[in-house]
Amino acid sequence: MNATVVRLTARSLLGRRRLLVLLALPAVLLALCIAIRLLAGSDEKLAVGLLSTFALGTVVPLLALIAGTGAIGPEIDDGSIVYLLSKPLSRPAIVHSKLAVASATVVALAAVPTLVAGLVLTGTADRVALGFAVAAAVAGVTYCALFLLLAVVTRNAVVIGLLYALIWETVVGGFIPGAQALSVQQWSLTLAERIVGDRAEPLGLTAAVSLGTGVPLLAVLLVASTWFAGRRLRTLRISESA
Amino acid sequence: MSELVLQQVSRWFGNVVAVNDVTMTIGPGVTGLLGPNGAGKSTLIHLMAGFLAPSAGTVTLDGAPVWRNEQIYRRIGLVPEREAMYDVVTGWQFVLANARLHRLPDPEDAARRALATVEMTPVQDRDITTYSKGMKQRIKMATALVHDPPVLLLDEPFNGMDPRQRLQLIDLLHAMGAQGRTVLFSSHILEEVERLAGSIQVMVAGRHAASGDFRQIRRLMTERPHQYTVRSSDDRALASLIIADPSASGVRVVAGPGPGLASGTGDAPPGGGLHVEATDHARFVRLLPRAAAHHGIRLYDVVPADESLESVFSYLVAR
Repeated sequence: MNATVVRLTARSLLGRRRLLVLLALPAVLLALCIAIRLLAGSDEKLAVGLLSTFALGTVVPLLALIAGTGAIGPEIDDGSIVYLLSKPLSRPAIVHSKLAVASATVVALAAVPTLVAGLVLTGTADRVALGFAVAAAVAGVTYCALFLLLAVVTRNAVVIGLLYALIWETVVGGFIPGAQALSVQQWSLTLAERIVGDRAEPLGLTAAVSLGTGVPLLAVLLVASTWFAGRRLRTLRISESA
Repeated sequence: MSELVLQQVSRWFGNVVAVNDVTMTIGPGVTGLLGPNGAGKSTLIHLMAGFLAPSAGTVTLDGAPVWRNEQIYRRIGLVPEREAMYDVVTGWQFVLANARLHRLPDPEDAARRALATVEMTPVQDRDITTYSKGMKQRIKMATALVHDPPVLLLDEPFNGMDPRQRLQLIDLLHAMGAQGRTVLFSSHILEEVERLAGSIQVMVAGRHAASGDFRQIRRLMTERPHQYTVRSSDDRALASLIIADPSASGVRVVAGPGPGLASGTGDAPPGGGLHVEATDHARFVRLLPRAAAHHGIRLYDVVPADESLESVFSYLVAR
């Protein structure tokens, strides 16, 4: 980790209008939850549905996609990454710093709003809010690592990330249950399931894999993506054309 | 005193050979890397800066390989060609961030000195987005100088600069070279290189075409045969006049379109023209108009051919 890389990354990621765009998604989530609470009262089943599809299934991956690719992609595209690469810094340290900024962004703008949304919808009942907040934080960090790697590997990181997060996890996963075994969303859902405990099943909170599978897979993906991104950054080709 | 050594370095991208078997040594003082656009200068600088792996050969700085060796950046300052920076910050913040990235013991002092060297202190608190092209170039220069490196690599540093800024940069690089630093800059403009560089490396089409001091290179360039395509009202008569003079070593008559295909105006050139290989280019360009005028031959076109290595040289000399 390098404090200067963190500062520069935070500045370009959260600078100016970018932050407003990033704030839009959690704002929609919270507005939706407040409206539902006012119109439908406290309904845990509805809350679980909303938090798993919209908070964990949409807000978290989208924000992680913007933050994860945005933490490094634009610099690679415009060539300014050369100012980091022409320094005696270890390449993994650059990746770790960027991942830290992206992860903090997603935790602040997706996991914390998920906690608030859960509290608005269900209060503290059955620890639904806590469960989803933890799942959102863990999923967010893992997605960030994955999307950061994508941004180092390909110029089309945003498109590929969108295809994965929305098409694979949501659509394909919906039709072909087997696809859910390879889904960050499902892996992290095991954490929510465990935290909610016995009440999870009656509330319709069931992950496609078990906790013993989901958590190690999350850890492996996080570590492998980060490691590989650092490795690829060492041999990154900087485009010459302006 | 540092020395960059390239040994039989090649770099290809797929089927395209960008740098072809280049061996050169860049020592202290100012060296100009000269060549037309697309000659492989940027690729070569990226290879020297450790941003590209050589497909073959080795690049070393004082004996240490530069590829996959982050430690060399303690001794290299790089001024990239592209303009993009972290431009949401001020010049001061950006140069300071670069000093911190180098983990210098006193980053503030280093940033202050670098900004003073490039004379950007008065505007250091403005956002980089508000800078002119020349100011951005000088900020880039400051980031490269902030850790006081013995080696300075500059990719097309004069692009977009006005004449005054050019002179300033030339003075600055002169001073750097005089301090015993190894300064290498690339350029496609001969006069820049002429004014600044003590020694020159010429790249043409990925190959290391020549090296040495400026006068040697210029002689090498002017002594090479130059090729021209000439079209006139009487190609064959002109050909005999040209070959009669020692300035040309060869003339070839190009088959032109038949009379039916010639365009309608009276001035239309009847033939396909001549290919002339001139050994004494200065004499040839004086001879041609005189000889033509003397024999009543009209010249329609005199064009230096520009595919060959030789013509690239003549283009460079003509600049």
